Amino acid sequence: MLIDFFLTLRRHRLPVSLKEHLMLIEAIRDGIIGPDIDAFYLLARAALIKDESLYDRYDLAFAEYFKGVQALTGLTADIPLEWLRRQAELELTPEERAQIEAMGGWEKLMETLRKRLEEQHERHQGGNRMIGTAGTSPFGAFGFNPEGVRIGQDASRHRRAVKVWDQREFRNLDGTAELGTRNIKVALRRLRRFAREGAADELDLEHTISGTARNAGLLDIQMRPERRNAIKVLLFLDIGGSMDDHIRLCEELFSAARSEFKRLEHFYFHNCLYEHVWKDNRRRLSERTRTVDVLNKYGHDHKVIFIGDATMSPYEILQPGGSLEYANEEPGAAWLKRVLDTWPRTVWLNPEPEELWGYRQSVAIIRDLFKGRMFPTTLQGLEQAMKVLSR
Amino acid sequence: MRFVGSADYVATEDLKLAVNAAITLRRPLLVKGEPGTGKTMLAEQVAATLGLPLLEWHVKSTTKAQQGLYEYDAVSRLRDSQLGDNRVQDISNYIVRGTLWQAFASETPVVLLIDEIDKADIEFPNDLLREIDRMEFHVYETREMVRARHRPLVFITSNNEKELPDAFLRRCFFHYIRFPDRETLAQIVEVHFPGIRKELLREALEAFFEVRDTPGLKKKPSTSELIDWLKLLLAEDISPEVLRSKDRKTIIPPMHGALLKNEQDVHLFERLVFLSRQSR
Repeated sequence: MLIDFFLTLRRHRLPVSLKEHLMLIEAIRDGIIGPDIDAFYLLARAALIKDESLYDRYDLAFAEYFKGVQALTGLTADIPLEWLRRQAELELTPEERAQIEAMGGWEKLMETLRKRLEEQHERHQGGNRMIGTAGTSPFGAFGFNPEGVRIGQDASRHRRAVKVWDQREFRNLDGTAELGTRNIKVALRRLRRFAREGAADELDLEHTISGTARNAGLLDIQMRPERRNAIKVLLFLDIGGSMDDHIRLCEELFSAARSEFKRLEHFYFHNCLYEHVWKDNRRRLSERTRTVDVLNKYGHDHKVIFIGDATMSPYEILQPGGSLEYANEEPGAAWLKRVLDTWPRTVWLNPEPEELWGYRQSVAIIRDLFKGRMFPTTLQGLEQAMKVLSR
Repeated sequence: MRFVGSADYVATEDLKLAVNAAITLRRPLLVKGEPGTGKTMLAEQVAATLGLPLLEWHVKSTTKAQQGLYEYDAVSRLRDSQLGDNRVQDISNYIVRGTLWQAFASETPVVLLIDEIDKADIEFPNDLLREIDRMEFHVYETREMVRARHRPLVFITSNNEKELPDAFLRRCFFHYIRFPDRETLAQIVEVHFPGIRKELLREALEAFFEVRDTPGLKKKPSTSELIDWLKLLLAEDISPEVLRSKDRKTIIPPMHGALLKNEQDVHLFERLVFLSRQSR
């Protein structure tokens, strides 16, 4: 029986391993819990889930395994669409609503959901894991979460108490949440690569000792260079215009990066990269740096991070003279390609919610140029970006 | 052996269950949670209630896994050799036992606390995999195998500064201590200040949660700050009435410096209070 439970968790992309599963079974065999579902919920969580940001996903998986099915079939039967929609308006965040919109609105969504349920019902008569495929279905796209909440409350109509896992108290800890300075620092630390370079100015005690021992007790002092984070980072920040909404986030990101990397250079640009970048936004017209110089000055081993919402008219990227501010001879795309050729480790961080990217043509173009290396500025996105950079 | 909480430590159901699972299977328990939610206290309390000795290993950024096992004191051996001391013949005289070795060698089972494991280098947990799993290690200098007589009860705390490797996590039970809700918090205060006046406690908790809920705080006050603050309130003999007027968000609670530890936070909080005072 627990094999199915294990597989349900795996399907919800929870990183549970066989070893942990065996540990859980061992714990049950040793009689740590009685026949009590609440206790099982806690025990399985302690044994299988090792990250509080996954608790929410675990709650969903648990709910699905233990009762998702009956509740969902009830949905096709008699829940009025009107009620559902009103609830959704109360409960959903703007991004979630945007996603639903993207799928063709609520009618469309409910229609699909109903159809899917009917299909599945026919396929396994009285079956038990029907919404299993939901992980890849459109409902999975918004984390199943509007339904998850709704269905849980619907169940209480049948005088069933709302369970812990239906309360979803750990939602805030999910890794897709927005960033704080501390979180950013933690994520940036993935980019650490310590190395000893430069002048030997630190006493190497261990080698001095072994060297002295080998010298039969005559002191043999060994020196070595200090251990530093050897990563070199170039930061390109989009500034002004539509980026004004994200100023706080950029500030946080910037201050975190400042304290994390010793060798960090930053440049500003507006909307798209052209002939010039600048280092001080107040003197952006008088003290500009030619992009060519930047390209030539910093070596291939620099990691490059672009931060911008990539929201502009496609002309600004693709057409010569498309810039908002002056007549550029070459299109922004040419400059971006040059950057990508010079520094193979380059990513683009986009502070706009990922769900909205689909509506902006320019985002798609830049994402294409960057070969998909565009990430949202959530904790998860930042970690993915750092992984790409440190490869 | 079963942990049921103690008079000095309020443990929630889920925490007790996780502790008992770890104790029964003798697996390490990894505890995470906001600062000040009693992660370190947990190991102390488990040791106290089960009547076992507690060994603590506080990890710092420079701590190496090897230091928990043993260290070879080459410097004193060199000195002894130059002074012609006889002890120098036996290398085991210069092997200094670390916390883990002490735990393994103990005659009775012990509680071992590895505090703030995330402070150390990223490789630190990986270097301890075999030691934690099999409870044994090899001493190179003396060609000796050290095995645990009794598997110690290992408690590991982390503040989430670094991610721990999956291989390490797979070997542990995990518990995330959430910030306590109002009832639990009242219980905790009862434990620290038995017989505290109900009125004062209610008003203080009210004020505390209000401060905690202020949006945009850099560091939210935690349980230990609440305890300190109450200690101050009691010492100054502040009456509940003073706190009550706080409900209307118009005055700053007395001794708020004990709750807010950050200048910007204090500033932000004061500004909000002034704002709501003006808008009245």
